[in-house]
Amino acid sequence: MGRMATDTAPEGSRPRLDPADLYAVDQLLGDEERLIQLTVRDFVRERFLPQVAEHYAAGTFPRELIPWLAGLGLFGMHLEGHGCAGASAVAYGVACEELEAGDSGLRSFVSVQGSLAMFPIHRFGSEEQRDRWLPEMAAGRAIGCFGLTEPDAGSDPAAMRSHARRAGGDWVLSGTKMWITNGSLADIAVVWAQTDEGIRGFLVERGTPGFSARDIEGKLSLRASVTSELILEEVRVPEASLLPGARGLGGPLACLDEARYGIAWGVLGAARACFEAAVEYARSREAFGHPIAHFQLTQAKLAEMATRLVQGRLVAHRLGTLKDAGRARTVQVSLAKRANTRTAVEIARAARTILGANGLTLDYPVARHMANLEAVLTYEGTEEVHTLILGKAITGEDAFG
Amino acid sequence: MNVVVCVKLVPDPDSVGQLDATTHRLRRDLAEPVLDPGDEFGVEAGLRLVEAHGGEVRVVSMGPERALDAIRKALAMGAARGVLVTDDGLGGSDALTTAKVLAAAIGREPFDVVITATESTDGYTGIVPQALAELLGVPAVTFASGVVSDGTALTVTRQTESGSETILAGLPCVVSVTAGVNEPRYPSLRGIMGAKSKPMDRCTPVELGLEAVGGGAAAGQTVVSVTAADERRAGEVVTDDGDGAHRIVLLLAGARVI
Ligand SMILES: Cc1cc2nc3c(=O)[nH]c(=O)nc-3n(C[C@H](O)[C@H](O)[C@H](O)COP(=O)(O)OP(=O)(O)OC[C@H]3O[C@@H](n4cnc5c(N)ncnc54)[C@H](O)[C@@H]3O)c2cc1C
Repeated sequence: MGRMATDTAPEGSRPRLDPADLYAVDQLLGDEERLIQLTVRDFVRERFLPQVAEHYAAGTFPRELIPWLAGLGLFGMHLEGHGCAGASAVAYGVACEELEAGDSGLRSFVSVQGSLAMFPIHRFGSEEQRDRWLPEMAAGRAIGCFGLTEPDAGSDPAAMRSHARRAGGDWVLSGTKMWITNGSLADIAVVWAQTDEGIRGFLVERGTPGFSARDIEGKLSLRASVTSELILEEVRVPEASLLPGARGLGGPLACLDEARYGIAWGVLGAARACFEAAVEYARSREAFGHPIAHFQLTQAKLAEMATRLVQGRLVAHRLGTLKDAGRARTVQVSLAKRANTRTAVEIARAARTILGANGLTLDYPVARHMANLEAVLTYEGTEEVHTLILGKAITGEDAFG
Repeated sequence: MNVVVCVKLVPDPDSVGQLDATTHRLRRDLAEPVLDPGDEFGVEAGLRLVEAHGGEVRVVSMGPERALDAIRKALAMGAARGVLVTDDGLGGSDALTTAKVLAAAIGREPFDVVITATESTDGYTGIVPQALAELLGVPAVTFASGVVSDGTALTVTRQTESGSETILAGLPCVVSVTAGVNEPRYPSLRGIMGAKSKPMDRCTPVELGLEAVGGGAAAGQTVVSVTAADERRAGEVVTDDGDGAHRIVLLLAGARVI
């Protein structure tokens, strides 16, 4: 029996389907979003990819790209006013996807700046704080970081030990923050600490006496991204550095929802890069007298990857639509972060096998993405934490504690 | 300074092209259409002129409805407005027809400089700039590798095989720019989002007062057959007997590449 036809036109005479987007999910994008996608894609290909392997090996972030990222308007792109572009959530997602097709470290840089540092100032800050920081941060002249995690409090941030107490008209902060992306690069740190009024957020400027950052060395994942420890020893900051609008854990969690949203899209970029590398490699690499693409075992891997990519993209788009309508819920963000990150991890690992030994080197993007995605699986809520968020939403039972 | 930049939507040059077996025309449906990368240099050159001397960049394109995407990208980069000449009958137009249509669209308003690429990345005829200049009745300065202005004239650098020429050109004129004349900017997000509020007109050749132009059968030039090029012969192998480098230098010099 021949192949089932779904259409009378012979396949060869029809526009070629993109194997990485077999359901043409990209067609859900508007003209503007499409142009953003192509622009960021070009930028990543032309400016970032030629140097990523070197930075990855050295464990550095390509800081010279910061003005370019700002020039494109990517910092805080989904925020309104104060020098931010005010793009749609879908546009932000698309940009994250293209950035992470470069490297999760590049996307992390932009996520942290926009969703974790600018967002809390935008959402919870005073008018003075917004005016002072947001235009500078959008322009890339000020870099931000987000200090929530501590050496002994990761998945359970309520257990944080950092604290702040009032002293005259000031606040005095003490504690240690761990695993802070861009920590030592940052001009301004959003630091969350326990107070008599519950968890509150503070803007701590670089150079404030008692405040220092130390880079975490020897990461084997997300190497093209700076991760630091923040040390706060009796750091005195004025009342004006308190974020007035955030009280309790809801403050930092709202920021995480923003960043997790971007990750749900971003990881699909990493997955796509791995898939495309695998397809190209499978078509050219020969074994046993055939391109390895000829073998059913290879095809099964590629078929699974292509399917998972389509599923992930549909989830991301639907979430984007909900977010643009102001209706995205935390559990939906969790579902997408969890499912799409898992998808990306599995696609990267399967792609890795297709590239054989070459898949282990920095000459191809796959090992790099595969290693990066392990960090992405852990940060912004581990896979287990998102499972528990889903479980609680489904059953009403809280299984965290 | 009023600058007009001609832009074209072409199938992504990174994809493998394919010709239609009967019409011998490039299959435009098989690859993602993009603003011709060669035209990005033109848009950038135009933007730099108006940034230095005031005025605005107007982009003009001939193509199918989708060519609005090419115009949109130019607007996102900073052009002020765009016009697309579109008509089903224009499909398959030859270079002369294209030049007539573009000249009619450009000539509707006064201009100081018309900028084009040296050739499109799909058709590669490379004669539109000169034809355009002739039809507009202005000089053509071709293959520019550098364009600057003092506001009243252009100083154009032309790369030639043996060196470079510097040409002073009065306005108005047509300039064709080579790839590498500048580094085209990326459209910013703000530019992309602002593009939708910029004027983007559509018109037909008839509206431009052109009755007798048309593509396909009406084109003055028709491709009657296409033959694949001979496979490239294998290169010459120089066996190194101690003088390998010297012999390679001689070979390259003989081929006039060094
Ligand atoms: C590269 C990188 C960058 C980072 N950047 C930042 C940043 O910018 N700012 C910031 O604040 N943080 C940042 N983090 C920290 C990150 O958010 C935390 O690592 C994460 O929240 C997990 O915390 P943990 O590492 O302490 O693991 P733990 O919380 O100790 O978890 C260890 C394991 O136990 C599991 N676990 C915990 N609780 C439960 C439970 N109830 N049920 C089942 N399993 C459970 C976890 O899922 C995990 O598998 C970053 C981390 C990395 C790796």
